[in-house]
Amino acid sequence: EISAPWTFHNLQELRHSASLANKVFLQRDYSDGTTCRFQTKFPSELESRIERPLFEDTVKRLNIYYAEAEKMGGQSYLEGCLACATAYLIFLCMETRYEKVLKKIGRYIQEQNEKIYAPRGLLITDPIERGMRVIEISIYEDRGSSGSCSGSSSTSGSSAR
Amino acid sequence: MYLGLDEPVRECQYNQICTRNSLPMETLGHKKKKIPRRKWQVFPGRNRFYCNGRVMMARQTGVFYLTLVLIMVTSGLFFAFDCPFLASNLTPAIPVIGGVLFFFVLGMLFRASFSDPGVLPRATPDEAADLERQIGAANGPSGPGYRPPPRTREVVINGQTVKLKYCFTCKIFRPPRASHCSLCDNCVERFDHHCPWVGNCVGKRNYRFFYLFILSLSFLTVFIFAFVITHVILRSNRTGFLSALKDSPASVLEVLVCFFSVWSIVGLSGFHTYLISSNQTTNEDIKGSWSNKRAKDNYNPYSYGNILTNCCAALCGPLPPSLIDRRGFIQSDTPQPVSHSNGSSMYASTQLHTHMAAATPLLHSNSVMIGGGGPPFPGKSSLVVPCASLAPSQPSLPSMPGLSCAGDMLTLRDPDTHCHHHHFASPEETPSPSGPMPLTLPCAAHMTHGGHIHPAQLYDPASQDSLHEDSVRGLVKLSSV
Repeated sequence: EISAPWTFHNLQELRHSASLANKVFLQRDYSDGTTCRFQTKFPSELESRIERPLFEDTVKRLNIYYAEAEKMGGQSYLEGCLACATAYLIFLCMETRYEKVLKKIGRYIQEQNEKIYAPRGLLITDPIERGMRVIEISIYEDRGSSGSCSGSSSTSGSSAR
Repeated sequence: MYLGLDEPVRECQYNQICTRNSLPMETLGHKKKKIPRRKWQVFPGRNRFYCNGRVMMARQTGVFYLTLVLIMVTSGLFFAFDCPFLASNLTPAIPVIGGVLFFFVLGMLFRASFSDPGVLPRATPDEAADLERQIGAANGPSGPGYRPPPRTREVVINGQTVKLKYCFTCKIFRPPRASHCSLCDNCVERFDHHCPWVGNCVGKRNYRFFYLFILSLSFLTVFIFAFVITHVILRSNRTGFLSALKDSPASVLEVLVCFFSVWSIVGLSGFHTYLISSNQTTNEDIKGSWSNKRAKDNYNPYSYGNILTNCCAALCGPLPPSLIDRRGFIQSDTPQPVSHSNGSSMYASTQLHTHMAAATPLLHSNSVMIGGGGPPFPGKSSLVVPCASLAPSQPSLPSMPGLSCAGDMLTLRDPDTHCHHHHFASPEETPSPSGPMPLTLPCAAHMTHGGHIHPAQLYDPASQDSLHEDSVRGLVKLSSV
């Protein structure tokens, strides 16, 4: 149940009228080995901000995309063999499949931010910008309202306006 | 010894960089009037960058140049002195095949040496603080003099319990199979070993290039060896042995170089073929992580079960992009990882702590971040002491417990001495457990001035005082135990 006293219509508005209150980090889930997966546990700080199914949906989707990027099958073997045969020069003109999927992930996160997260005062950072270690979710407070969140220990520069 | 501060910003032609998320929040860099700096210029690890960030190597590159010289000189002599005779008397295919092999070897060598081995970027201050909080909550309140236990997390992978260790330098829990290279001061994914011959760490992203390099080099060495011998034999059939040697003196040198290389290179290729087929890293094999001797039901959870799949996975699997985005521009509002890392081991003595806090900036390349860090903390590198190296190279080596080396205990690293990783300096040397190898040079004290950054140009006092406070608070907490 969301009880936000503010609404942000887009990311621009979020940036201009909100201040960073807190950050939540979703860590990696290594139970499947070294493949890229993130924990889908719903963080308690987000309970009042977003519905659980929406959130879990986003994270599950991201996990699916990462699994697709790292999938080892006919296409990736073909790409690997072709690259080896050309002494890896082919990557000067071609993008690897992994990079293509990463771009897709970037677009997906942007779209999710615009449609779902920014209107609730949240922002997802693409994990590639954090070395694929975490999914960072920034929680914003409306500047006008008195901060109901716990004092922030994070003072990242992104709150600079 | 880096190029780049005064170079004009060039087009990126070599598209190896991962994608950037272009949220409007994060493209504020252009407001600044000064030239935007690239991330490699403030990289906290002990690496060298060339060609404006396109090339990334370890700090000590002397042995790499030796490798290059050996390969080029031997091959050059072969093409100049032996090939004309062989081409005319046997077949011109010989120089052609030799040429193809030679270029492939060089290509793989450069690819292995110059690319990012899979370095994990260090945690941003926010992440580090979050992890500290979680660990602190798990450990409970600590009184004075209480030493928190080593930070580990356990995870079950494929039925095996694997311990994830916390890296005090990078402030992250290392993914499985990752390890911290003390020579390069980076956590590297699927860390195999640090190879001075190649001048870089060998990890997830460049392992296949390394393997193809040693494999093709084996073929090249055997090829040259065989055909030089053929050449000398054919010549001595005509003119007698001694005058054959006099006619082509280069052949003697080539035979010598090839003879000694063949044993080590072919042996190394065989070893790595074994590792690939069982999906282990050199690191794991040396430590005997998955050997039966450690526990009855110990097995490698990462192996796919059959040799072919393991080989395909290692050599033809998808190549992940670099996580460090070294040629990206620094956005001043993006959090940069805290860089006082070298001094932040919780086992630092208080004297060392005050020394670090008080010292004027010794220029170490991992000292300062733009808009993201406090005053530079001098690195710990002045305390690294040469360690005896161990260079086993047989696959059947029993598990080696406690590869810690006394010298490294002086460093401020975390007590799980991961210094044994850099003893892999010379797996290709014939094993001789007696005493340090000449290749411990990479282990030697890194007292050289490393920084290619001048703090005066980078330190931005206006911005991150509270970040500094955070990091100092963290340091004080850690060193007060």
